Amino acid sequence: MSVSGNGGSVTTAAWLAEELAEGRVTSVEVTQRHLDRIAEVDGEVHAFLHVDAEGALAQAAASDERRAAGAPASDLDGVPIAVKDVLATRGLPTTCGSRILEGWVPPYDATVVARLRAAGLPILGKTNMDEFAMGSSTEHSAYGPTHNPWDLSRIPGGSGGGSAAAVASYEAPLAIGTDTGGSIRQPGAVTGTVGMKPTYGGVSRYGLVALANSIDQAGPVTRTVLDAALLHEIIGGHDPLDSTSIQQPITGLVDAARRGADGDLTGLRIGVVTELGGEGYQAGVLARFRESVDLMTKAGAEVVEVSCPHFVHALATYYLILPAEASSNLARFDAMRYGLRVTPEGDPSAEEVMRATREAGFGDEVKRRIILGTYALSSGYYEAYYGQAQKVRTLITRDFQAAFEQADVLVSPTAPTTAFKLGEKVDDPLAMYLNDLATIPANLSGVPGISVPSGLADEDGLPAGVQILAPALEDARVYRVGAALEAALVAQWGGPLLDRARGLEGVGA
Amino acid sequence: MPDTPAGTGAPAAISRDEVAHLADLARIDLSEAELDHLAPQLSVILESVASINGVASDDIPPTSHALPLTNVFRDDVVRPSLTAAEALSGAPEVEQQRFKVPRILGDEQ
Repeated sequence: MSVSGNGGSVTTAAWLAEELAEGRVTSVEVTQRHLDRIAEVDGEVHAFLHVDAEGALAQAAASDERRAAGAPASDLDGVPIAVKDVLATRGLPTTCGSRILEGWVPPYDATVVARLRAAGLPILGKTNMDEFAMGSSTEHSAYGPTHNPWDLSRIPGGSGGGSAAAVASYEAPLAIGTDTGGSIRQPGAVTGTVGMKPTYGGVSRYGLVALANSIDQAGPVTRTVLDAALLHEIIGGHDPLDSTSIQQPITGLVDAARRGADGDLTGLRIGVVTELGGEGYQAGVLARFRESVDLMTKAGAEVVEVSCPHFVHALATYYLILPAEASSNLARFDAMRYGLRVTPEGDPSAEEVMRATREAGFGDEVKRRIILGTYALSSGYYEAYYGQAQKVRTLITRDFQAAFEQADVLVSPTAPTTAFKLGEKVDDPLAMYLNDLATIPANLSGVPGISVPSGLADEDGLPAGVQILAPALEDARVYRVGAALEAALVAQWGGPLLDRARGLEGVGA
Repeated sequence: MPDTPAGTGAPAAISRDEVAHLADLARIDLSEAELDHLAPQLSVILESVASINGVASDDIPPTSHALPLTNVFRDDVVRPSLTAAEALSGAPEVEQQRFKVPRILGDEQ
């Protein structure tokens, strides 16, 4: 398919929506082009675990009928989308990247999916991920890793590497991700795409298979900030089926992104977080970050350095709270009501069946975290680990509160490094965990954050990202600043960063 | 369970036997090879996360959720739900419109 439909650069969802509205193209044509692109390159990228060509084309045809009748269901009616395989899709397999759910077809839709359907977005398929969203590289998927479209020998980030790679390789104009410790933002950074984690509770978790309930959040995976805002307004807003859902309408995000694209940041205070940079961060990532800060300064923003002293404990806090919640959530995979059942020989009890099933059905990382969580919650250690982590979580939130008194937004590199080689860290859990160093604090405190491509690192020519964080419920501010930075960077580059990706040259040709 | 280093309230490492015990509590069979592999990895992770001990003083309240939550109530009214066939559609075994499960009690019970 053409990747140069938007004035010689990246095809965006906003542009596709305009073309559809003007009747210059049909949803069936757009959807078929993306299905063709998937057929062409996904053998190499492996972003998808399941492609639903028939269903997507049927939804596209229905969309074309609505457009022809002058009654589109939304601005994005007819623009196809890919959905991370952790969200329940009625009639489509949902595996969470795990053997234990191989072949499971949910009898219901997640609220996010129901809203996509109601808004008329054809669902192309389900995207690959680390098993139950545990990982930063998609290498923990039971179905094999996804490859980075910038360099197929490298990781696309994780856990939502499939969604990011699908968008980066033009297999889909839009995707849904989920972010528990950075799984939307970090893949965005390492694939040169945009990823937005909304305020906790801003997008319904109903039908999102839980990893850690108190921090999981679904959100947009796109190629531009405006596209993320358009998608966010469709999937966001209160849902009575999720009791942690915020009881407020989601509005003003698209307006904020459009206003931000004007590029004026006069009067905005940008806080550079001391603790999210320096040691452990790749030189080229830091250079692109400083460049982005300089561009925001030129756009009128004032830069202040802020300290969030407890952020250095965020990783440890996260790796106690997350396994604790995960070990409890994943107890539902008991081989009784859905999913895999492995029956040992003889006349095994339900408990023996459960043990054998979980051994066969869960991968290494899931086992590690369940055991870690079981430990952190066990009597005698609860206070030393889980209890302490909950207290440090309070201190991290207080750091955010103090920082947001000095600055309107906080910025940092999204991930400490560019994409590393597949296999490099897969059996070194602690090295893998460090990828989420900068993204985790936002999850612990529920604040919204976006990753915007910041350019290519000099030493390896691979993409890096800048993270922009705002106070809870101030998602619009994130979009405004993100769009302004994006506009300044694209002007400097002379075109979108993705134009420079070369990993798929010659593939499928 | 291991000794607790004085003053930290947290153990430093985790033994192979403990991993086996925890896997038992978590209802996961682990092979000998998996135990050999997991125990040292979990020790490294635990040593790392143990660093949070002593960071928060006793008067710091715990946070369980990102945003403050209060109870959410709804009216008790009938609304559409899954049919029995839908609810059973993913079950490994079904009998008489019910989930069919292996025996619950062990030999010793």
